Amino acid sequence: MKKELIKLENLVMEFDGQRVLDNVSLSIENGRFLTLLGPSGCGKTTTLRIIGGFLTPTSGTVLFDGQPINNVPAYKRQINTVFQNYALFPHLDVYDNIAFGLRIAGVKEPEIDRRVSEMLSVVSLNGFENRSVTALSGGQQQRVAIARALINRPKVLLLDEPLGALDLRLRKDMQNELKRIQQEVGITFIYVTHDQEEALSMSDTVVVMDSGRIQQVGTPEDIYNEPANAYVADFIGESNILDGIMKSDFKVNFFGRDFDCLDKGFAPDEPVDVVIRPEDVDIVAPGAGQLTGTVTNVTFKGVHYDTIVNFSGFKWLIQTTDFNAEGSRIGIRLNPDDIHVMHKSEYSGMFGDYSSYSAEYDEIAVAEESEEE
Amino acid sequence: MRNLSKIITVIVFIFLYIPIIVLAVASFSSGTDLAVFKEFTLSRYSELFRDTTLLTLLRNSVIIAVLSTAIATILGTAAAVGISRMKGRLRKLVMGMTNIPMTNPDIVTGVSLALMFAFTGTVLKLNSVLGFWTLLIAHITFNLPYVILNVMPRLTNMNPFLTDAALDLGCTPVQAFFKVTIHEIMPGIIAGALMSFTMSLDDFVISYFVTGSGFVTLPVEIYNYTKKPIHPKLYALFTLMFIVILALMVTMNLLQGRNKKARIHGIAARTGKEA
Repeated sequence: MKKELIKLENLVMEFDGQRVLDNVSLSIENGRFLTLLGPSGCGKTTTLRIIGGFLTPTSGTVLFDGQPINNVPAYKRQINTVFQNYALFPHLDVYDNIAFGLRIAGVKEPEIDRRVSEMLSVVSLNGFENRSVTALSGGQQQRVAIARALINRPKVLLLDEPLGALDLRLRKDMQNELKRIQQEVGITFIYVTHDQEEALSMSDTVVVMDSGRIQQVGTPEDIYNEPANAYVADFIGESNILDGIMKSDFKVNFFGRDFDCLDKGFAPDEPVDVVIRPEDVDIVAPGAGQLTGTVTNVTFKGVHYDTIVNFSGFKWLIQTTDFNAEGSRIGIRLNPDDIHVMHKSEYSGMFGDYSSYSAEYDEIAVAEESEEE
Repeated sequence: MRNLSKIITVIVFIFLYIPIIVLAVASFSSGTDLAVFKEFTLSRYSELFRDTTLLTLLRNSVIIAVLSTAIATILGTAAAVGISRMKGRLRKLVMGMTNIPMTNPDIVTGVSLALMFAFTGTVLKLNSVLGFWTLLIAHITFNLPYVILNVMPRLTNMNPFLTDAALDLGCTPVQAFFKVTIHEIMPGIIAGALMSFTMSLDDFVISYFVTGSGFVTLPVEIYNYTKKPIHPKLYALFTLMFIVILALMVTMNLLQGRNKKARIHGIAARTGKEA
């Protein structure tokens, strides 16, 4: 039953000559929970609004079930949306808000009654029928917005940062709730967020976007473990990104040393970006590991310590449950699967250096900058 | 300091309301001398309701006020929707042009409208073009800006995603307006309509220039009366008019207040289904 439901082909969107989407192509399978992830201004909401029919792309095609729908207005699409600020109708109560789409479609009242109560139990709001929507909490309004969209039995539900206005605790609950609802109704969810943790924990597929372009498409595990470039590696979680040279398949050189790795398919001696996740690094006695460095900063984070270690001028972030005092010398060991090698990209050198982590270093950096001016 | 401001407030209210109180009191006095309250009587009111000329004038005024308000409200709301969709500079320009007629002296508006009607009459070779229709057109003209001015802020402050949500749920743009937008801007529409109605009801200057002898409104005719002493039954008429307008304003305020309260406490009862 997995088949392609939506296909975006070379979408370009320009506002006043400003290009906000740059050749976005994406295939979305039926029944998926897909997340468009990126910082504000990356084009994720624009993409969503194009799919919803609220924007017409400057060029490119949107296909729905194989049919181009560029010129189909929003009200004729089998797609419904949960808006960022819910956009519930204040002059209607919970029941009438949820029944709105069915009334427009001319569904008979007994049928509406049945489907509204069905929807109310899906979003756990039984008994709220006659409440005014303005008297509901953020989380409850959120549920009404979801019910109002889902009752129309769309093939796709679009969600535009729906949890942005909720506090952390409620957000976690709603994440589970949304995932449960998606599995219950079994339709495609396209979810927009800037929160990487939200994206990883809810999605089947994550699409990382930046400056109007898709950077990587993959499962949450792929995105985290095999980032395509320095941008993705930095945006999803924390990363130490180093310059390296790919000597041959399974052999990468950095810090003047060869390391075994699991990556292959690079040109001989190709310059590469090497990603090492802070939680993958094993700390050993000085001299016992492959590298030895000095701890320059330790911050307690609850579950672990953020430890900044200086390896001959390049500072790494290492996350460890063991406390290593500032100034102590430590060694580290890297296993082949701790190392991920990426091709160089336009983002190389922009991310993954924790040199500016300490307050002390900040002061020096500021002083240097002002001297340069 | 605080006492001083209290005193000033009282003085302001005296200045504002003394004339009306004098008028109302005089309407219940049996004497013709304003300075002396002879004895309480309702005869001014019974005289008023027997005076068919005055009642016809009042009817004319109400007809013009109701019609011009209805038409101006519809046109003005449509115009406001159009203006709210304009962008940046154009929108500012159009709003500015909309506001100018309000600050324009009535006499200028009146004379220019009269000239335009006379010109149109000449072109169409009509003898007496001034009358009911010119009066109605003139009233719609000066009412329009008040409607636009009241509806506009409602439209600009409205959550733009509400319209998107309506479209998303299957409304055509026209349905979206009547099912969602109009509810959001209704307080503005009502305020604009009420303002139009009161403006139209008591307009003298513009009406004076654009009406003929066939269809005369109350304020225009009363102007003719002022050349001789005013009959006390007019006091009764004015008092009644004041009370009607006051009642309208109070009702509007109460309605808006209740709406707000209902939203805050969530007691806006669902109409229909349970009944």
